[in-house]
Amino acid sequence: MPDSGALPAAAAVRTRPRHRRHGAVAAVLAGPALALILLFLIAPLACVALLSLTDYQLGAATLNFVGGKNYAEMFSDRVFQKSLTNTLIYVAITVPGSVLLGLGAALLIEADKSLRTFYRAIYFLPVMATLIAMSIVWEFMLHPQFGVVNQVVKVLGFARIDWLQNQSIVLFTLCGIGIWQSLGFNMVLFMAGLTSIPNDLYEAAAVDGADLAIDRFRLVTWPMLGPVTLFVIVISAIRSFQVFDTVQVLTKGGPNKASEVLLYTMYSEGFEFFRSGYASAVTMVFLLFVLGLSAFKVFILDKRVHYT
Amino acid sequence: MAGAGAGTPAADGLARSRRGAVSLRQISKSFGPQSVLEQISLDIAPGEFLTILGPSGCGKSTLLRIIAGLEVQDAGSVSIDGQPVDHLRPAARVIAMVFQSYALYPHLTVLDNIAMPLRLSRLNLFQRLPGARYLNPGTRLVTAEIEEAARKVAGILRIEELLARKPRQLSGGQKQRVALGRAMVREPRVFLMDEPLSNLDAELRVHMRAEIAQLHRRLATTFIYVTHDQAEAMTMSDRIVVMMQGVALQVAPPKVIYEDPSDLRVARFVGSPTINVLPGRVEAGGGIDVLGGRLPLPAGLPAGTPVAVAARPQALALATRPAGPCLTGRLVHIENLGSDLFLHAAVEGVAAPLVIRHDPALADSPRLGDMVAVALPAARMLVFDSHGRRVALRAEATAARLAHA
Repeated sequence: MPDSGALPAAAAVRTRPRHRRHGAVAAVLAGPALALILLFLIAPLACVALLSLTDYQLGAATLNFVGGKNYAEMFSDRVFQKSLTNTLIYVAITVPGSVLLGLGAALLIEADKSLRTFYRAIYFLPVMATLIAMSIVWEFMLHPQFGVVNQVVKVLGFARIDWLQNQSIVLFTLCGIGIWQSLGFNMVLFMAGLTSIPNDLYEAAAVDGADLAIDRFRLVTWPMLGPVTLFVIVISAIRSFQVFDTVQVLTKGGPNKASEVLLYTMYSEGFEFFRSGYASAVTMVFLLFVLGLSAFKVFILDKRVHYT
Repeated sequence: MAGAGAGTPAADGLARSRRGAVSLRQISKSFGPQSVLEQISLDIAPGEFLTILGPSGCGKSTLLRIIAGLEVQDAGSVSIDGQPVDHLRPAARVIAMVFQSYALYPHLTVLDNIAMPLRLSRLNLFQRLPGARYLNPGTRLVTAEIEEAARKVAGILRIEELLARKPRQLSGGQKQRVALGRAMVREPRVFLMDEPLSNLDAELRVHMRAEIAQLHRRLATTFIYVTHDQAEAMTMSDRIVVMMQGVALQVAPPKVIYEDPSDLRVARFVGSPTINVLPGRVEAGGGIDVLGGRLPLPAGLPAGTPVAVAARPQALALATRPAGPCLTGRLVHIENLGSDLFLHAAVEGVAAPLVIRHDPALADSPRLGDMVAVALPAARMLVFDSHGRRVALRAEATAARLAHA
């Protein structure tokens, strides 16, 4: 609840008679943060929004205002359509996958106190490691001939799978790596949430007759994890929209644009073809999704999730 | 409330329920190297209001949680109505517990909170799924009965208008009532209460004290109530267990605990202001020497044995015409409570000032700094040996025997 800290101050300003002086003090105190936000967040955003309306090319001396031409081109572009669809599929698979598996791992680890720190460290490892480096490891592991994954597949008696070269499989392979990578992060958040549930509630549930684990989960754990779950879902969704490293290292959006995603499109348009104006338009679409998710959290879900 | 409706004679105040006899046999518990409970044995009569009183960390909450089945004892056994319940889960013991934090489910309404124990006991997992009552008329019937029972309990506690609210919209006192309602709804054999009033403000605490005592009379079910507040213990209980360091020091009605403590620690813990304790020594002639004054108390101990002589503030009085043993002290503090005036007199040879109750209506109230003489009426003195155990005085011994018989 980032806004709770501001509440007492706001209340004080309203109730004190000399509120004008307090208002001035508040402005001075909030000033530096406000200036930094303007300088480093709002201004660049505005620049990108403006650039998306121009035909600016990276390094070019001049630029022309072209209105909505970039956007019109973008929405009729097959690559962009593919890229947007792929990103949405990626989010739709990675978010539930990493949230549910993260919750499951957290519940399992919390259920038995032994080796808890060990498991937590193991699951958290992919979060700490650089995804670029991990992607290279995955590249070896997913090698069609010598990769350990296909070796296992072969031992199990199945035909080898072209994890990264098959058009209809590559996106799901990336989803799998995405889940592997963010599972640990979600798990740690869920574990923090689990430890903050008051034990009294579990004891009350035991006295009330919640003898089955599923009853305790439905009556106490799940409702009390509400705020954490919401946070985890939004964070996972935003992180999934940002998928880039694995695509850049493993597939370069291929084969045949089967793993093209928003940020990769933006990167290749902006820094390979130097079409900064067009790349800015793609960025705006990306920002729209991220902002939408944040707004969804702040304005809709926060009101429905109880905080004790 | 099918079946249950007929089974609520207690709630209607018709007959005293004969259920809820709790018996503890040599309960011991330790956390790691630290022993929390040592060989606690206790028999609680059906319908009794028993309070476990003690300072924090004395093991009283642990004992309650062992009765509830939330904690497993290292040794000993718990029986309810003659049946050992040690192997039973909390819910199967047919007990209810009210927690200090109330432990209401924050996402459920008051009605759902109160109804939850019945839902869990009368509906199975599938019948409890949202919307299940629309599929099966039987489920619908049971659901309606449960709601009816919850509403009835809410009526008794006068919280009907709160049924649709969430716990966070309730005041402390209202949450307390909801917690009581959730405990009452399944008609338990025993109510267990773990400091239920300690999160309320002072005024509300006094009010809820009366209300819980009233509820106990109405339900006529066994209440086991844990508190560190002697006022709660004194005002509500049929009997009090005073616990200290994992040991039950005395089990007796409030009046006996106050007037006839069996242990110096009990005497010190109960009563406000605290009891006065004076150093004494048994004299050869059969009396007790207290700071040079001789009290004619037949302790029956060898001469020279050190003893502690204790007196409640109201047992002491200022001596206007010194007759009998007396102590002289300087008034260092005066507390006027309106109804009582407590004089604190520093006496040489005693660490803490003596506290003497004085009637504020008397005209001759002494002032701060005055030297006063404090009379020690031998008949109202309590004598304890060096281990803190009460010494039966010969004259009293016969009376004590009669009381125990």
